[in-house]
Parts: sequence; C-alpha cells; structure tokens
Amino acid sequence: MSDEHEMSGARRRILVTTVVAGGAAGAVAAWPFGASMLPSERAKAAGAPVEVDISQLAPGDKVTVEWRGKPVWVVRRTREMLEALPKLNEKLSDPNSERKQSDLTPEYCRNEHRSIKPEYLVVVGICTHLGCAPSDKFKAEPEPFEAAWQGGFYCPCHGSLFDLAGRVYKNKPAPDNLEIPRHTYLSDTRILIGEDRKGA
Amino acid sequence: MKKFLFLLFLVPALAPASEDGIALDAAPVRTDALSLQDGARTFVNYCLNCHGAASMRYNRLQDLGLSETEIKDNLMFASAKIGETMKVPLTMKDGREWFGVAPPDLSVIARARGADWLYTYLRSFYRDQVRPTGWNNTAFPNVGMPHVLYELQGQRGLKVEKIAEHGRQTEKASFVQLTQGTLTAAGYDEAVANLVGFLVYVGEPNAAERKRLGIYVLFVLLLLTVLTWLLKREFWKDVH
Amino acid sequence: MMNRINSGLTALLGWVDARFPLSSNWKAHLAEYYAPKNFNVWYYFGSLALFVLVLQIVTGIFLTMHYKPDAALAFASVEYIMRDVPWGWLIRYMHSTGASMFFLMVYLHMYRGLIYGSYRKPRELIWIFGMLIFLCLMAESFFGYLLPWGQMSYWGAQVIVNLFEVLPIIGPDLALWLRGDYVVSDATLNRFFAFHVIAIPLVLLGLVAAHLLALHEVGSGNPDGIEIKKHKDPVTHIPLDGIPFHPYYTVKDTFGVAVFLVVFSIIVFFAPGMGGYFLEYNNFVPADSLNTPSHIAPLWYFTPYYSLLRANTFNFFWIDAKVWGVVCMGAGTMVFFLLPWLDRSPAKSIRYKGPIFKIALTVWLIAFFTLGYLGTMGVTEGRTLVSQICTVIYFAFFILMPWYTTIDRCKPEPERVTWK
Repeated sequence: MSDEHEMSGARRRILVTTVVAGGAAGAVAAWPFGASMLPSERAKAAGAPVEVDISQLAPGDKVTVEWRGKPVWVVRRTREMLEALPKLNEKLSDPNSERKQSDLTPEYCRNEHRSIKPEYLVVVGICTHLGCAPSDKFKAEPEPFEAAWQGGFYCPCHGSLFDLAGRVYKNKPAPDNLEIPRHTYLSDTRILIGEDRKGA
Repeated sequence: MKKFLFLLFLVPALAPASEDGIALDAAPVRTDALSLQDGARTFVNYCLNCHGAASMRYNRLQDLGLSETEIKDNLMFASAKIGETMKVPLTMKDGREWFGVAPPDLSVIARARGADWLYTYLRSFYRDQVRPTGWNNTAFPNVGMPHVLYELQGQRGLKVEKIAEHGRQTEKASFVQLTQGTLTAAGYDEAVANLVGFLVYVGEPNAAERKRLGIYVLFVLLLLTVLTWLLKREFWKDVH
Repeated sequence: MMNRINSGLTALLGWVDARFPLSSNWKAHLAEYYAPKNFNVWYYFGSLALFVLVLQIVTGIFLTMHYKPDAALAFASVEYIMRDVPWGWLIRYMHSTGASMFFLMVYLHMYRGLIYGSYRKPRELIWIFGMLIFLCLMAESFFGYLLPWGQMSYWGAQVIVNLFEVLPIIGPDLALWLRGDYVVSDATLNRFFAFHVIAIPLVLLGLVAAHLLALHEVGSGNPDGIEIKKHKDPVTHIPLDGIPFHPYYTVKDTFGVAVFLVVFSIIVFFAPGMGGYFLEYNNFVPADSLNTPSHIAPLWYFTPYYSLLRANTFNFFWIDAKVWGVVCMGAGTMVFFLLPWLDRSPAKSIRYKGPIFKIALTVWLIAFFTLGYLGTMGVTEGRTLVSQICTVIYFAFFILMPWYTTIDRCKPEPERVTWK
C-alpha cells in the first residue's frame, strides 16, 4: 500500500511462503467446521431404509409408510387398472417417464407400469407442483375434474392429476410424474424402501 | 487365586487408589480388535439388559473390524436396526423403582469412573446374605447391582480376619472361592480386561482417530512455527 | 494487467475511504500506531487472548447448532456432538480446551500488567476495562459450565447460586430470580444458555473494543515502564523508541499464535481431559439432583478464589462466616481494580522498583498458587489453616502496597528503552 521501499526478494519469498502455507493450513482447519453441518449419524440413521409388509394389502388398496419424512404409497393395482394405463398416454405430459429419469424413475421401473412388479405401485406421495399430498381417486368413474377418469390421484391444492402409475396429466400445474423411490423386494411380501441391490 | 490374595496384601500404598481410598488394580490396556470384540460380546450378552449405552450406535462397532452383518448376527438380539443406538427399554424411573437406584447408562462410564476402577469393581463381587441381591462388592460397598458375571467367575465369599499390625488391630479382607465358574481366575481377569477395554472404547470411539490426526496437525503447526519465526526475524532486521 | 488491477483497487479504496474511515483507521490502529520496540515474551498474551476469544466464538457457534439446552436432552446432546456429528468431537475439545486456555492467557496477560505497571496512569481505564473483561470471563465460564449438565455442572452451579443467598435482605430472592426455580433446574439451564451464547459474548466484544481503544488513545506501555512518547523525532513526531504495529507486531504476534497453536493442539489431540482438570471426571455422570458428589471442585482457574471462600471459618462480629466467605471471594477478585491507586512507587516497572516490591510479589505469588492448589482438594483442618494464612498474605499485598511502595528504594528509570 505504501510506496516507501521495495520489499527485498528474501522478504517477499518468506512472506509469500508463510501466507500460502498458513492459508492452506487455515483451509484445512476450516474444513471440519463446514463438514460438521453435513447430516449427522443420527440423521443418516433416521433416513435409513424402511420395510413395508404388503401381505395384508388387498387389490385396489393402498398402504402408506414414512421414509425420510416423506409419505411413500404402495398401491396394489387390479388387472383393470393396469390395462387402462397405456390408453391414457395421450392425456399425459410425460407418458414414458423420460423427464428427470435419474431423479424420478429408477432404471428397473422404466416400464409401462413404472414398478418392479406390475401389480404393486411404489410411489412418493408428494405432488411435484408445490408438495401437497394428493388424494386417492382410484375408482374409474366420471369426476368433476375429468369426465373419462380412469383412476389415479387428484391433488386438492391446485388440481394436478396423476394416473395409477403416478404419471402427471397434461396442462396441469404439476410439471413431473410422481417420484418412484429406489426400492427392492426382500420377499414376496416385504418391500425395502430406500435401498436397492444396486446401492441406495 | 493365590496370586490375587498375595496381591491384596502386597503393597497397597503403591497401587492406584480411588477417591475413597480403595486400592485399585491397574486395568490391562486393551485396544486390539479381537479383545474389543470379545468385550463387545460380553457387554451385549450380560450388561445390555439393565444398562443402556444410548449414545453408542451399533453400526459404529465396525470400528472393531466387524461388518454390519456380523454385528447384526452376533451382537444384536432385539429388533433394532443397525443404525440405531444401544438403548434399552428400561427407563430410569422404572430402574429406580425396581432396583433402588437406576442402572446408569454406560456410554461414558469409563470416562467417569476410569478403567482401573471398572476393572477392580467387576472382579470384587462377593456373596453377602444381608444384601437384597445376595451380592456385595469391596470396591462399591452396598452396590445395587448383582454379580451378573458370576457364572464366569464362580461365587466367592469375603473372609475378614482381625490381625495385629504395627501394634494396632486392623482388619484384613480376602476373597474365598465358594463355587467354580466356567472360566479360570486368569481367564476371568482376561474377560474383564476385554470388557473394560470395550467400555473405554465406547467412552470415546474417536480416541484413536484423534491421536492419529494429532501427529499430522502437530507436524504442520511446527512447520508453520518455523516459517512464522523466519518471517518475524526477517522483518525485525529493520528494527535497531 | 497488474497495473490495471492495482489502479482499480486504488480507485475502489478511494471510493470506500470517502464513505468509511477504512484507511484512516488502518493507519491509526495498525500501520501508524507506534508501539514500543522492546516488547518481550510477556506481551504476546494480549493478542493470544483475543485469538482465543475468536476461537471460542467460532467453535461455540458450531456447537450451538447441535447442543440442546434442555435438562432432559443436554447431556446426551453433548455425546451426540462427540460421536454423531462429523468432526463434532474436535469442535467440542477445541471449545473446552479453549476455555482453559482463555484463562491461562488472561492470567499471564494480567501478570504482565502487574510486573510492568501497565495499570499506572494514564492507563487506569485500560486496566478497569480489562478487569471488567475478567469478571465477564468468569461469568461466561460459570454459565457455560452448566451446559453439559453433568454432576459437576449441576452442583457447581447450585453451590455458587446459593452463595448469593447470603447477601443480606435481597439474597434469597436474588438467588430465586437467578435460578428461575427453587433449585437449579431446566429453567436455569435455558437462561444460562442465553447468557453464555449471546448476552455475555456481546458484552465481552464491546469491552474488548473499549480496552483496545483506551490503549491506543494513550499508547502501549513497555517492560521498562517509561513513556516512549516523551522522546519523539522532531520532524516526524514519531516516538524514537516506537515502531509501527504493522508489520512488526502483526508479524511477531503471528509467530506467537503459531506457538500457541502447537501447545493448544497437543492438548486437544493428546490430552483433552488433562487428567480431569479440563474435563472433570464427575462431569461424565449426568446431573442428579438427589445425589451430591462427595467432592465438588470448580475448574482449575477458579480454585484460588474458591480457597478464599472456604478459608473463612470465623463468625466475625455478628456476621456469619458464610457471608465473610462470599465477601472475601468477591473482594479477592475486585481488589485488582484498585491497583492503579495502591501502587505509589515512582517506578512503573518491576525492573526499577525496589527489593520490597519484588519480595512482596514473590510471596503473593506463592500464596496465590497455594490457594489455587488447595482449592482442588478437600477440606482438612491443616489445609484450612494454610489457606487462611495465604488469604492474609493475598490481601496484605494490596492493602499494604501504598506503604511499601512509598518506602521502597527504587532504581532510576532510564530515559530510553533498554534494547539489545
């Protein structure tokens, strides 16, 4: 800052060396403080995978479990429900679940029914618009929001509609299909939500 | 057995003493994985019914060289998940009602009491008809805890003799083996040493990492000390 | 390109300086603040105390992210920090070690003041601010120690708050108001948390600023106790024995910080408990209002004052020994305030004071350390007698000072600082 005397080479060298070494040490010392804000072991344990028992789930019914603070639905779809799915494609915004695939649709669920076993839909029950919980409208009957309703979910907050594979209808506030969480079948009657054989 | 009696008489003044003046035996240091695994096994089998260790997570036991599966199969008996803590359903309130005093949580017992005290305590139980549990302890008189490990050590009684020493009447206490346990005296001492080693680990699971890092930190700081000293010396050449 | 960056920065600085006293303060307090050139090792501890203050605030902020100020959750939350929070154990140990180091730095800093007459005119106000900082530090430590909610935390707080009850008339109500309850409880914990985390740190920061402003107003003292402003260069008006704080003392203090960090890290990484002196064993037992530990001892830095408290066993006049104990302990801390007016020696620095002062100081130091040592131990008749003798010595050092500093045979002070 002052234009008095030029700093000697030796002085500049030791100054720069010390500042660089001190700065590096300071950065290393600061790292643990930032890292302490990452999820703790307690948070990670609370976010651990959750098991669902579907042995008592009747066709056309839904069971809800909590995983990482979010509601996860398992819906046991009937044959009629499954047969109706492909016919809805024109009404849907993203019928083949191509958008945000890595976030919304695990590889083993990139199929017509968006699930591992066709019968069981495993989906996160949070509307992709602003996070409300959509209501169940499983019966295929005319509804005020859709004359030719084939069954699915209706979000009461802003009227978004999802079919029984969690796919979002066109021209609705919600931009994306409902999220399919990573999951795996531990047995025919037990599903583990939050983990799959390829890694959580 | 005889070795233990001999030690009792030997040199109490030199032995580590607790605050109440009870002579303590020095706990052997146990930090290797196998000893700690043995200690962990003893702990979950004998202690983790009345005592909890609610700050210790099961999955942390991987520090001892165990896999999650091994932990789940060998050290977890209830329906807890691997990420959960070693808590027990016994509440402090119930514990106080049932036992007179609630069995303390053992997460940091080794930091509170010290390894030597724990090692001595777990090897100082004796049969005592007067006590409600039928057990007493020379390191912790009138303790509310029974001798949970008696199957391993066998049952012992306390013999108190009055002897004349330095012209005064004093009492000398010694243990008498009443029944045999499944372990020999040396074997029991080993099991307790491992258990205490495990409790020391549980008291501060990060201890090993802390010391390991300390070496690196000190090295860097000593380097910085040299650099800053050189910097100071360089600048202070100006000052006369 | 360097020239473009340079002139750009200069322009930016000009913009700021037109709106904020940045360069003027930089000059006044660093680049053109002239400090005596003969600072020795005793002069490191002020900047180190400031460094530790920053350390405590930073580690404290990160601890507050995870700690729970609730009687049912506090103890477990500390163990949560030690085990489940990434690097929580390091932050906790830095904070607990930092607390002890803070007192060590401040005691050494105060000792410098004692031997070099830093409290003498015109620096009385610096000394008063410093003493207020010391009092705040003691309060900060007292409030902070309750937070882990161990046995020592609980019973230490119980004993000290109960001390307030001895004050006449207002005592019991004052203690009740402080506690928020009839015994130390969750209510007490929550408010002590508020005091420890924000109230006192804010006051401390203000007092440290005042302390430094007062210092810069009159200029620093030095080991010879003479005023460097008496001999200035006739042209520049810079004190002949003065050197700009920046870069000379900024660079020197950086070295001081490095050495401090070596000592600090040895403790944090290899002996954070310090054999029960920094992290008391009994504090690893959760607080139990029904069970008093057989041996309640304060942390090492309070032990001299604790001894002063316990030394009072006589009921003088119609006043209880308990009351005298509290008065004595309070007086023991407050008496330092009077130093600027007790010391009548013509010389400021011990280097030029006479033999009486040197002997008095030595004897006082022995008494101080003895009181400190006794404070860590249980009460016996013999120990009480020794602590009573030491108490008398402790206060005699101050009370008799106006007399012995006047009659002492001092050496003539030099005109210019002694410098190798």
